[in-house]
Amino acid sequence: MLAPLLTQIAFYLFSAALLAMASGVILARNPVHSVLFLIMAFFNAACLFILMGAEFLAMILLIVYIGAVAVLFLFVVMMLDIDFVALREGFWNYLPIGLALGVVLASELILLAALPTVALAPAPPPPEILQPNIERLGEVLYTRYAHFFQMAGIILLIAMVGAIVLTLRPREGIRRQEAARQVSRKREDSVEIRKVQSGEGL
Amino acid sequence: MTAFLTEVGIPFLWIVAHGAAILVGLLIFLAFALYMDRKVWAAVQMRRGPNVVGPFGLLQSVADFLKFLFKEPIIPDGANKVVFLLAPLITFTLSLGAWAVVPLAEGWALADINLGILYLFALTSLGVYGIIMGGWASNSKYAFLGALRSAAQMVSYEVSIGFIIVCVLLAAGSLNLSAIVMAQKDMWFIFPLFPAFVLFFISALAETNRPPFDLPEAESELVAGFMVEYSSTPYLLFMIGELAAAILMCAMATTLFLGGWLPPLDIAPFNWLPGFFWFFLKTLFIFFLFAMVKAIVPRYRYDQLMRLGWKVFLPLSLLMVALTASALIILRGGA
Repeated sequence: MLAPLLTQIAFYLFSAALLAMASGVILARNPVHSVLFLIMAFFNAACLFILMGAEFLAMILLIVYIGAVAVLFLFVVMMLDIDFVALREGFWNYLPIGLALGVVLASELILLAALPTVALAPAPPPPEILQPNIERLGEVLYTRYAHFFQMAGIILLIAMVGAIVLTLRPREGIRRQEAARQVSRKREDSVEIRKVQSGEGL
Repeated sequence: MTAFLTEVGIPFLWIVAHGAAILVGLLIFLAFALYMDRKVWAAVQMRRGPNVVGPFGLLQSVADFLKFLFKEPIIPDGANKVVFLLAPLITFTLSLGAWAVVPLAEGWALADINLGILYLFALTSLGVYGIIMGGWASNSKYAFLGALRSAAQMVSYEVSIGFIIVCVLLAAGSLNLSAIVMAQKDMWFIFPLFPAFVLFFISALAETNRPPFDLPEAESELVAGFMVEYSSTPYLLFMIGELAAAILMCAMATTLFLGGWLPPLDIAPFNWLPGFFWFFLKTLFIFFLFAMVKAIVPRYRYDQLMRLGWKVFLPLSLLMVALTASALIILRGGA
């Protein structure tokens, strides 16, 4: 078991890195750098999850968000043809909206912390759990919340079908490769040996 | 101060020492694995392979290593310098970092964490970043095309690897790698889950960009793919990172299907050999298969690769999950 002091040092290290990376996301000029900063921020958040004992959440954050979603982000951003001058032109137009959003979010956070009823008490230290938390999650998810779990699955399925329908467009005149047809082709279907007399041709 | 030292310093140093021991051992092993790879490849093609440096060319990898170190690193004009140099570091670090959880023998894992298999899966799925960053930062069309291909390829095959891992952990009932190995005490998972093993083996080739799926660096069309602009130490880091990822996949196959450190039969001549050697031999055997595939099978075309991944492997591995789960419910009486 790691000493508590070491855990604390790690906590401040990861939190500081997380904040730095998060500011990097909005400060970076190059959108690709922004996405890379975002990925680093996700990564540090995953480290914080591990420190809190939520290792399953941390791994899922790594696999789903960093390993899949952020890769798509990066794909899209890298493929964009970005005009940096045009990008900065809109800065003053968008500033009020951005500021307003920031103020709303910040005041919400402050309000939450200031309210006596929901004051953010220091989280109780997690009880000494011997059972890995994936087992506990599974026990709750597949029994008590089984219906919600299935509903979420159906929603995702519908979203997937929707995405496929939206992008599917039948195109004419395309030669597709059909592996089954190629494999089942026999020698007789395509090759024929004939004796050709000289000077006659076929 | 003494309390600080004993509470923080000593455990920390202990972890560092363990990690360093594993890394040094791994890097030496990688050097000889590369040699073996080339020798097997050469033998299949009736060539001699590396045979000049050292006895039987055994020190070829060392010579290559030194050569890379002393070359001049060239950063192309217009490249994004920081990202360009960060990319090989990421590939290298991730592929070595994953070894922290691999149980080399009973109790021989640096970190025997509960979600070991998820950790491995997460780190291999992050491996795509090194490639995509390197390809983008090089400011070259070949490199970028290679990176795009590779990213799509790795993301596709990750899905089927994920499902195969689900099969294994359903059968083992745990995500802890040591527990998965111990669950194979009576029967290695390769026997009941043989189709899954085949799927895993092929997906592992695709995931680590090994031939016949080495499209990111298909040298006949993309020169060297995402690595085309790299030279010297950054290139070396990419190469070591790729090889370490390939061997990690071999170690994963050993742990998931071949019973890790367990001897084939728990009787006298077999269990004299310590567990580590069994693990080592099995990993080496899988790597030998990797090398044979490299020598024998021609490279896939890109659309064939994608078809195989999404239209063949994904449904098959999904079917495997369903079959494994059903079989377990029938065998264990609906538990």
